[in-house]
Amino acid sequence: MPQVTLTVNGATHTVEVEGRTLLVELLREKLRLTGTHVGCDTSQCGACVVHVNGDSVKSCTLLALQADGAQITTIEGLARPDGTLHPMQEAFREYHALQCGFCTPGMVMSAIDLVQKHPGGLSEKEIREGLEGNLCRCTGYHNIVKAIAAAQDVMHGRRAELAPAAE
Amino acid sequence: MYDFAYHKPSSVADAVKLLAADPDARPISGGQTLLPALKHRLNKPSSIVDLSGIAELKGIRREGDRLVIGALVKHHEVANSPEVKAAIPALAQMAGTIGDTQVRNRGTIGGSVANNDPAADYPAAVLGLGATVVTDKRRIAADDFFQGMFTTALEPGELLVAVEFPIPEKAGYAKMRNPASRYVMAGVFVARTKDGVRVAVNGAGPGVFRQAEMEQALAANWAPEAVAGVRQSPDGLNADIHGSAEYRAHLVTVMAKRAVASAG
Amino acid sequence: MNVVAPFEGIGASVKRKEDLRFLSGRGQYTDDIDRPGQTYACILRSPHAHALIRGIDLAAAKAMPGVVAIFTGADMTGIGGLPCGWQIHNKDGSPMAEPPHPVLAQGKVRHVGDSVAVVIAGTRAQARDAAEAIEVDYEVLPAVATMEAALGAGAPRVHDGVEGNLCYDWHIGDPAVNAAAFRGAHKVVEFDLVNNRLIPNAMEPRAAVGDYDPTTGDYTLYTTSQNPHVIRLLMGAFVLQLPEHKLRVVAPDVGGGFGSKIFHYAEEAIVTWAAGKLARPVKWTADRTESFITDAHGRDHVTKARLALDKDGRFLALHVRTLANMGAYLSTFSTSVPTYLYATLLAGVYTTPTVYAEVKAVFTNTTPVDAYRGAGRPEATFLLERLVDVAAREMGMDRVEIRRRNFIPADAYPYQTPVALQYDSGDHVATLDEALKVAQWDSFEARRAEAKTRGKLRGIGISTYLEACGIAPSAVVGALGARAGLYEVGTIRVHPTGSVTVLTGTHSHGQGHETTLAQLVTDRLGVPLAQVDIVHGDTAKIPFGMGTYGSRSLAVGGSAMVKAMDKIVAKARKIAAHLLEASVEDVEFDRGTFRVAGTDRTKSWGEICLTAYVPHNYPIEEIEPGLEETAFYDPKNFTYPGGCHICEVEIDPETGHVDVVNFTAVDDVGRVINPMIVEGQVQGGVAQGIGQALLETAVYDENGQLLSASFMDYQMPRAGDLPPVSVATHATLCTHNPLGVKGCGEVGAIGSPPAVINAVVDALKEFGVRHIEMPATPAKIWNIIHADHKLAAE
Repeated sequence: MPQVTLTVNGATHTVEVEGRTLLVELLREKLRLTGTHVGCDTSQCGACVVHVNGDSVKSCTLLALQADGAQITTIEGLARPDGTLHPMQEAFREYHALQCGFCTPGMVMSAIDLVQKHPGGLSEKEIREGLEGNLCRCTGYHNIVKAIAAAQDVMHGRRAELAPAAE
Repeated sequence: MYDFAYHKPSSVADAVKLLAADPDARPISGGQTLLPALKHRLNKPSSIVDLSGIAELKGIRREGDRLVIGALVKHHEVANSPEVKAAIPALAQMAGTIGDTQVRNRGTIGGSVANNDPAADYPAAVLGLGATVVTDKRRIAADDFFQGMFTTALEPGELLVAVEFPIPEKAGYAKMRNPASRYVMAGVFVARTKDGVRVAVNGAGPGVFRQAEMEQALAANWAPEAVAGVRQSPDGLNADIHGSAEYRAHLVTVMAKRAVASAG
Repeated sequence: MNVVAPFEGIGASVKRKEDLRFLSGRGQYTDDIDRPGQTYACILRSPHAHALIRGIDLAAAKAMPGVVAIFTGADMTGIGGLPCGWQIHNKDGSPMAEPPHPVLAQGKVRHVGDSVAVVIAGTRAQARDAAEAIEVDYEVLPAVATMEAALGAGAPRVHDGVEGNLCYDWHIGDPAVNAAAFRGAHKVVEFDLVNNRLIPNAMEPRAAVGDYDPTTGDYTLYTTSQNPHVIRLLMGAFVLQLPEHKLRVVAPDVGGGFGSKIFHYAEEAIVTWAAGKLARPVKWTADRTESFITDAHGRDHVTKARLALDKDGRFLALHVRTLANMGAYLSTFSTSVPTYLYATLLAGVYTTPTVYAEVKAVFTNTTPVDAYRGAGRPEATFLLERLVDVAAREMGMDRVEIRRRNFIPADAYPYQTPVALQYDSGDHVATLDEALKVAQWDSFEARRAEAKTRGKLRGIGISTYLEACGIAPSAVVGALGARAGLYEVGTIRVHPTGSVTVLTGTHSHGQGHETTLAQLVTDRLGVPLAQVDIVHGDTAKIPFGMGTYGSRSLAVGGSAMVKAMDKIVAKARKIAAHLLEASVEDVEFDRGTFRVAGTDRTKSWGEICLTAYVPHNYPIEEIEPGLEETAFYDPKNFTYPGGCHICEVEIDPETGHVDVVNFTAVDDVGRVINPMIVEGQVQGGVAQGIGQALLETAVYDENGQLLSASFMDYQMPRAGDLPPVSVATHATLCTHNPLGVKGCGEVGAIGSPPAVINAVVDALKEFGVRHIEMPATPAKIWNIIHADHKLAAE
């Protein structure tokens, strides 16, 4: 069987895979990182989004072997070792941007990439368009959009702390 | 998906050798179209040849009055490239609307053009700009390259290496997305070059095609009003649960107007 | 620990306790569970809508790598079929047709996706590889894909024993009174409409893991369910005939349900049964394509309605005839949806004196249809609120005025409708007035005119609705045909140091129960939120429960908790009285402190809890040690949330694209426990309602093939499709449950579709459009603007 070596959340792994093994299968089944989810089979729902070399990617649409040598970050790798949440995670909690939690890991990973690629900031409309690749069935996106808008201010250093959600 | 052998050559020559050796081998670049198809077991390749390690397929460069984009260049690179934005802003704008962020982070121009999905964006730009498709063997004019749904002039084992775009005076692109898949329901790429006006239509038909009446109208008067009165015939256009051929034909006119209006 | 932070109790928007694990990737969904020695199941599904199985050749498949076993319907003899939970009776009093619903096909398949065989193998891929190698000899039969086809003369029968493909022909109301009222009418408005078929598409696909311990004979099923105890009851008693004490059902974190995960599905029985046969764990996980063809669909009604009005626009009578699609088999609660969850709501918020509804339920060769967010009530609301708009126009009346004129007045509550229900409370004028204000209804025409200058068609639409939640009481639903009780169970387990574990029979799959239910405890007992844990979803831990659907968790499950807390407080007061050397009657309890009335003699919550478990100084003759109480709560009535939704749209006449530019929801959900969560529930419900109105629909071809069988063809709402949703609440309290709560899970999906379509029709009014069927897609609207009216494209 072919082998793939990749770094996931800072730890390097060498794993035997089949040619057809998808990155998401490697993460979930071989490394037991089950925070990355599979919600469709047409590469549309985005529940499986992880970062590959800093870019958000659908891990259900990438062979594990294509990720050989890559730096991968999954939802499990976002918080600091002391448990401090990434500002995007914190914003999702503050703004009630998740309900069932299934789309959440992919949504958070996409949102971080979206904000990082737009240092000038994103409008509400741009955030909505930027979430084209992620489906959520619970929230109606209203609070997800608000959370991302709030998180970008922290991520870009425009605010020291997250703006609290209005009561 | 069925299992397959996996190869990752580091040169075009090695890739071509692998593809020649195995008629059931398939090249993969971004894989954003191929992998979903494989997951549904619509294809059964014996081996997959991953092109991503081939340096000569990468890069965007200006060569005189042409812009050359390597086959492995990703949609997000085209969308954000200063060279592309300066030379053909409509191309950068179009690349920025393909699929979603994650597709643009993986999908490549070579993959999209070689696949020739009737509802893909790139074929409209390649045909609309009158680009040249460069392979490991030859140069193919866009007019000869696209041959209908998922069919191109590429021969078995022939590898798309780059696409060369002439730099137009003006170009614009507008599309209506399929509401569900977000592929193109009807799109129009318009370009005015020193050789004349070209109008390419994607999404609406079984393959990308040129719209001669609109080209004539725009050659006479490069303005949205010029195409507003040109009706696209619905004959032979796609019809499905999302819209009739008549609807798509109508959208071609609307998108042509908008493409001209947006042209820079 | 007797200091209560008041912001954690009822009415506080506290952040959710469950979020940390979901945001860290530590949720535990069914497919995340791996058992030692696990195998994987792949189900071979019918590619045909209707076919006889002449033979199944397993030889090649059995020889494939990794195959552990293959089972077909022939192996599942002695196993019961999937039961239907609600028996409806025909007009003549005879029971509905209730054909068998085998777990694996018995000689015949009846819809695309029907299960034919199950392959169990060492890996997912091996199971699928082998399933492909099974050769099934099908004799394809003509299929009935629509209700019209199924009811046609000489139509093929979905089930041999069901004549005319008719499941039941049911009615409610008094036809003679109704007919008489129509004879006296000034005007009768006739209106036909369709309620489009939807596919629920919770983001987590269904999954099930069966496990079996041969040394004890204990079975465990991990499943994506909204109600594990109901699955244990149905699967144990009816399908596998396993006693409850040998069967544990766990519904861990579940990634959305919206109704689709209420029902007992074949795969749950298959993996449990196969785990027993093989003495190995068996996991099955749907891919999205399977979800599309096997998760129960929703809605799918075809209705003809007539509304009688007097000359002032007052409603005199409503007559409704509805065809409801059941699909190929009766899913668990399918039969109740178009009857007791639909026709009983046809009075709406109006004083219509007589309502007569006739419902025919029809079998077709399509995926079974059952409850989806709102279940029956969106269908009733869409019908009424479209009909009222049509009536207003045909009477030359204002859309708001005709509603006001027919509202049940606030002082008329409790209000007995002509279709069985007795509404307990509501104030429709209040929610209407607030919504009109928030949505700036009065200044709309200026916005329409401004949009016109940009070439856009702008419209506004309103819906005033009422629904029924917390389905109940057991005795009433039992008399109507329900085969289950509809109470809820709560256990309050107070630990020696005063922290609390709550065991609830409801199930959270996005609703935030771990927070909201804990707030009830904080509010009543004064225990800080961090010291209250909610346990749900495991039949081995929770005494019993009926699960979560129909917005029942707080109204029924929360009420059970209140009853259990009453018992806790009663016992704790006795302990406190003993320690304080006072009589029980003199001991007051208020959020963590026991006090002898009128004195400064107190005991803290912590002291009492410790004493309950360290009973050295204890009234041992009078009460037992410990502090744990369970209550079963059977509601006295449904609850009746309601409200007003207003939608504003802009249409691009060139493409037919509808942009929802404003959406206002003002809902009466009774007392609000956590406003943040209520707003989130309403926003999510509205998103599904906008989805139904503009985007989503299940389309079958005439052979019964589902054409919209993936996200490539079924339009899920994306962020860019939806507007920000303005949510406000205006509470009138439920009068018959101890919390005064009504439920908020479904209001968004119930009130919104007619508001959207009313807005679209308003935007298109210059084209003389009377109605547009959902979803109002760009192509459909373009047809109205251009094809029907032959307007130029310019």
